[in-house]
Amino acid sequence: MATISDYIGKSATDNVNKAIDAAEKSYEYHAGLSLTRERALERAAKVDSGEITGRLAGVPFVAKDNFLAFGAPTTAASKFLEHFNAPLQATAIEKLEAEGAICIGKTNLDAFAHGGSTENSAFGPTLNAADKTRVAGGSSGGSAVATALGAVPFAIGTDTGGSIRQPASFNGVVGVKPTYGTVSRYGVVAMASSTDTIGCFASNASDAELVMDIMAGIDENDATTLPDFFAPTDVKASQKIGVIKEFMTTDVDADVRARTNDYIEKLKAAGHTIEEVSLPILKYALAMYYIIVPAEISSNLARYDGIRYGARAESGSLSELYGKSRDQCFMAENKRRIMIGSYVLSSGYFDAFYLQAQKARTLMINEFNELFETYDVLIGPVSPTPAFKLGENTADPVKMYLADIMTVPASLAGLPAISVPGGATSDGLPVGVQLIGQRRSDAQLLALAKSLEGAN
Amino acid sequence: MADMTTAITRDDVLHLAQLSNLELSDDEITSLQADLGNILGYVEQLSELDTSGVEPTYQVTDLENVMREDVVKKHAAGRAELLALAPDQEKNQIKVPKVL
Repeated sequence: MATISDYIGKSATDNVNKAIDAAEKSYEYHAGLSLTRERALERAAKVDSGEITGRLAGVPFVAKDNFLAFGAPTTAASKFLEHFNAPLQATAIEKLEAEGAICIGKTNLDAFAHGGSTENSAFGPTLNAADKTRVAGGSSGGSAVATALGAVPFAIGTDTGGSIRQPASFNGVVGVKPTYGTVSRYGVVAMASSTDTIGCFASNASDAELVMDIMAGIDENDATTLPDFFAPTDVKASQKIGVIKEFMTTDVDADVRARTNDYIEKLKAAGHTIEEVSLPILKYALAMYYIIVPAEISSNLARYDGIRYGARAESGSLSELYGKSRDQCFMAENKRRIMIGSYVLSSGYFDAFYLQAQKARTLMINEFNELFETYDVLIGPVSPTPAFKLGENTADPVKMYLADIMTVPASLAGLPAISVPGGATSDGLPVGVQLIGQRRSDAQLLALAKSLEGAN
Repeated sequence: MADMTTAITRDDVLHLAQLSNLELSDDEITSLQADLGNILGYVEQLSELDTSGVEPTYQVTDLENVMREDVVKKHAAGRAELLALAPDQEKNQIKVPKVL
């Protein structure tokens, strides 16, 4: 894999050409949806002439195709936006560009980020970097695979319920889902506004730290952003770390548990204290998530109506235009989520589903807060299994959702959580370990991950 | 837990499709009827949880009433760029089929 330092101080034009070549050579993985070659080379020339400088001067990266960016369409991997040329750029991309980074392309995802395998892309699935018969994970599958293949040293993505952490785990790279509100979502296709976050993939925690440091901060265009609290730091000694009991049951793949335990042993060897902890409410986390998130999706995706932008179906009347455009352009999973959202928000079901889920969310946040009075970090796997086979879960939406069971709790509670490579299964499939911290402890989590890199 | 299902009728699917502005094909109606029943059957387990007296959490920032200066700002995208995104337009207006 590539690191940011491999590209610093080199010819930016060479860097960009190298990254584009690597992306083209690994086309069979279908990690990318488009290349922004022309714009990337223009920016590289400006770096090489000294006109553009910064901490990431001349460093190539890729962005999930739900970030609005210049130089290529922004599709969200949906037929709706197949030919949508963004009139502005996402704040996250603007901030990276301001430090000299160069976006070379846009990566595949589950359409509108609905999914956990990148199989819901309207343009076909991305293949796992370690095993082409398996899924990339998702929804930010393309960004994870591009990083794992070493085409770029880092990539950006979105994580609403695990969409950075789970593909990071499935492909053996570092994945960061920050505290809710850390990075502006302005210019990013909205999915579920109360849990949508922007984060990154990298080959190591130091690189991820630099990218998060650059992207973090308040933005007047996103009223949910927090004043910048992210400050790279050294690891705190003798931390108290809780192993989440509910994530280590025999329902979880034995190799996944074994790799998690290996990481725990490294933490012990580094002088940290490990204890088992329990959050009984976690058994309900997935049910909460698949009520709250579809509700927000049904509302956010109402804007795709075939009127102001995106695709429009031929039709004789306005109502038919809405209905046909939405039927033809949304994927099956988009429709499921929109309709579940309509159901849980409709009169007669609102209290029993939506309101009940938001109350349960409070109980879950309370359980996390109680543990964080005693523990610095919580640990467990990222996903109950390594990457599954392509097509294995597509026939059963609930089975697909169960892959998110360990990632949705931090999302609903707004907590920072990172996926760090923990080794591989006996079949050579990567396994990620998840570190969850209290709000605003993002830099501490990365410091802990940094301190263990290279430890045996 | 995951094998619970909620009875969703074909009419329920049609009603939800109408609320969601989706003109579904017959095949889609049939498959969605099964899928929605399975998904709702799974999430229904939340009803076991005692939440009496618990306040709901709608957002997790702790931010309240985020204000900005009341001034007009120039947007990154101008009228021409935004209009150009519309599938159909005429005389600086977005064109749609007859409403009535």
